[in-house]
Amino acid sequence: MSEFLLKVNNLRAGIDGKEILRGVNLEIRPGEVHAIMGPNGSGKSTLSGVLAGDPRFTVTEGSAELHGIDLLDLSPEDRSHEGLFLSFQYPVEIPGVTMVNFMRAAVNAKRKYFGEPPMSAADFLKMMRQKRAIVELDNKLASRSVNEGFSGGEKKRNEIFQMAVLEPKLSILDETDSGLDIDALRIVAGGVNKLRNESNATIVITHYQRLLDYIKPDYVHILYKGRIVHSGGPELALELEEKGYDWIKQETDQQ
Amino acid sequence: MNENKENKVITDATEGEYKYGFTSDIDTDIIPPGLSEDVIRFISAKKHEPDWLLDFRLNAYRHWLTLPVPQWAHLTIPPIDYQAISYYAAPVKRNTPKSMDEVDPALVDTFNRLGIPLEEQKVLSGMAVDAVMDSVSVKTTHRERLAELGIIFCSFSEAVREYPDLVRKYLGKVVSYRDNFYAALNSAVFSDGSFVYIPKGVRCPMELSTYFRINAAGTGQFERTLIVADDDSYVSYLEGCTAPMRDENQLHAAIVEIIVEDRAEVKYSTVQNWYAGDAEGRGGIYNFVTKRGLCRGDYSKLSWTQVETGSAITWKYPSCILAGEGSVGEFYSVAVTNRMQQADTGTKMIHIGSNSRSTIVSKGISAGHSQNSYRGLVKVDKNAEGCRNYTQCDSLLLSSTCGAHTFPVIDVANSSAVVEHEATTSKISEDQIFYCNQRGIPTEEAVALIVNGYAKEVMNKLPMEFAVEAQKLLEITLEGSVG
Repeated sequence: MSEFLLKVNNLRAGIDGKEILRGVNLEIRPGEVHAIMGPNGSGKSTLSGVLAGDPRFTVTEGSAELHGIDLLDLSPEDRSHEGLFLSFQYPVEIPGVTMVNFMRAAVNAKRKYFGEPPMSAADFLKMMRQKRAIVELDNKLASRSVNEGFSGGEKKRNEIFQMAVLEPKLSILDETDSGLDIDALRIVAGGVNKLRNESNATIVITHYQRLLDYIKPDYVHILYKGRIVHSGGPELALELEEKGYDWIKQETDQQ
Repeated sequence: MNENKENKVITDATEGEYKYGFTSDIDTDIIPPGLSEDVIRFISAKKHEPDWLLDFRLNAYRHWLTLPVPQWAHLTIPPIDYQAISYYAAPVKRNTPKSMDEVDPALVDTFNRLGIPLEEQKVLSGMAVDAVMDSVSVKTTHRERLAELGIIFCSFSEAVREYPDLVRKYLGKVVSYRDNFYAALNSAVFSDGSFVYIPKGVRCPMELSTYFRINAAGTGQFERTLIVADDDSYVSYLEGCTAPMRDENQLHAAIVEIIVEDRAEVKYSTVQNWYAGDAEGRGGIYNFVTKRGLCRGDYSKLSWTQVETGSAITWKYPSCILAGEGSVGEFYSVAVTNRMQQADTGTKMIHIGSNSRSTIVSKGISAGHSQNSYRGLVKVDKNAEGCRNYTQCDSLLLSSTCGAHTFPVIDVANSSAVVEHEATTSKISEDQIFYCNQRGIPTEEAVALIVNGYAKEVMNKLPMEFAVEAQKLLEITLEGSVG
């Protein structure tokens, strides 16, 4: 087995014939938190979409491996079963489908993939209760439709709740801080931190240093024009907060 | 983008097997095809009917001959040769069975495969079942227990013999043979059906259920159901339908009449799963049904719930005539069409009594190359004060080759009425599917989940026993149809 949980090599991808990712390289070991920052339109959401298998994107070159398995070869649901989780920037509403039914379908699909029988209703509800506590969601959640009528903060907490239930190996948080007030941010980040352990890893995609005060990254990468143009430690995020992206843009565009 | 892939998913999904498509090898007493006064006299004689009923049939037949085939629905109906249909087919009875042992084993097997083990139903479940096979009622369970309460639940033929005055009093009073083409045809040739009478003040303690089954080839099924709920009574009635897979089309033209007296309540639920034809639209049932209830009594209530998944063509509008003061009519419908199916269905709420109220919730789901129409009428009489209607009419499209249409008519002649109409049309979005996929839920399961969520408001109105079956049926009919 590879020492890397995620290994992305020269990944090129685009949408409707327009190339957005132009050779991304990224290596993540178990237990690490990587932040990916960058100006608007640099390809951050494309990267998360491509890794999760969003069918809108087409991969033209390169590879991505999740614990040694060729990720790009798998269907989105199999990527999920293999341990990839995407916390959506804009979680979609599914009217009429209760959270409890939705999560039961998700949990049992994963169990089926690994040849296990469906979880009993009692065990499942017990697990829901435990995981709910991680992001301080109340018990009405179970009977509400997926994201329907949820506030911005509730939607993001609901994403982290689902992450807690599915126990992924690699979580990608796509601008999870957008639209959150400071209390919601604290709860969401607290949930993410509780779920961290030595065998999983997290990619935090964000515009702002603010989230990184709560979720401490081991590495910070700057994505610009479809490439990672700069990598460093947590101090890089602070530098960006201070100086903005202009120096990165200049540096890159001059090359 | 991805159109081909999606189309493939739809195609794969729509190949769901019709599990009721078997035929049963049962001795059938069938008359040659054709329709004439002689045929009608034959049917009537076969059933030892009184003269007044024969006259009713003959009057209906003569009226039918004068009627044109209705063309107003949003349906393409190939011409039907009414002389090519056999109007009477019955499983051969040696004698009236006294116990289950005497019932033709093949018949028992048929109903077992349909999931209605009559024997067990009889003993274990809280449901009384009447089974109508090829026009003739073959078995009615739970009779004795119901009889203790004065409830009559029997085949229509038996009701004609045993309770002629009741039948004569109500037959054709809600749906006249003059009502429409198919109602006239049914009135002329109907062969059996169910009859229910709930006496004053009685709450029927179990769900009454009729299972309709067309078995013989080249036949039509023309059954009549007549339900009378006397003052302060309550009954919940379920109707299920299946038929074998055959290459030719078969005609089902039924009538359901319901009379609801003062403060009485009738809940009528249907899960319609007639054979829908194959992927190219060959075969399948033409389901041309007239269902109407008269809420004659003050504060009476009639609630229709239907889950329509089968039939090549569906033409049906379960309706309420709200004549009583403060009477209530409800219509909850899920109509699913896939492949080449066509459905034109909806309801009529006729407000005649003051302060009468009605609710319409219609959920259409179209997939494949199907056409799905909602057609509704809300009419408020000029003397009806303080009436209310709420209509919600939603369409969900699962492919780019299907059609969803709504034809709502609102006709209000009294200014105190409050009538609301809400309508939505939606598609299952790629974003919703991807969201489910990302959580590990495969596309087919995701569609089933989303469709069931969409239809939930109506499914929740079904009695428990039916709700589970109906939910499975939705999943089988639509597995993975996204486009």
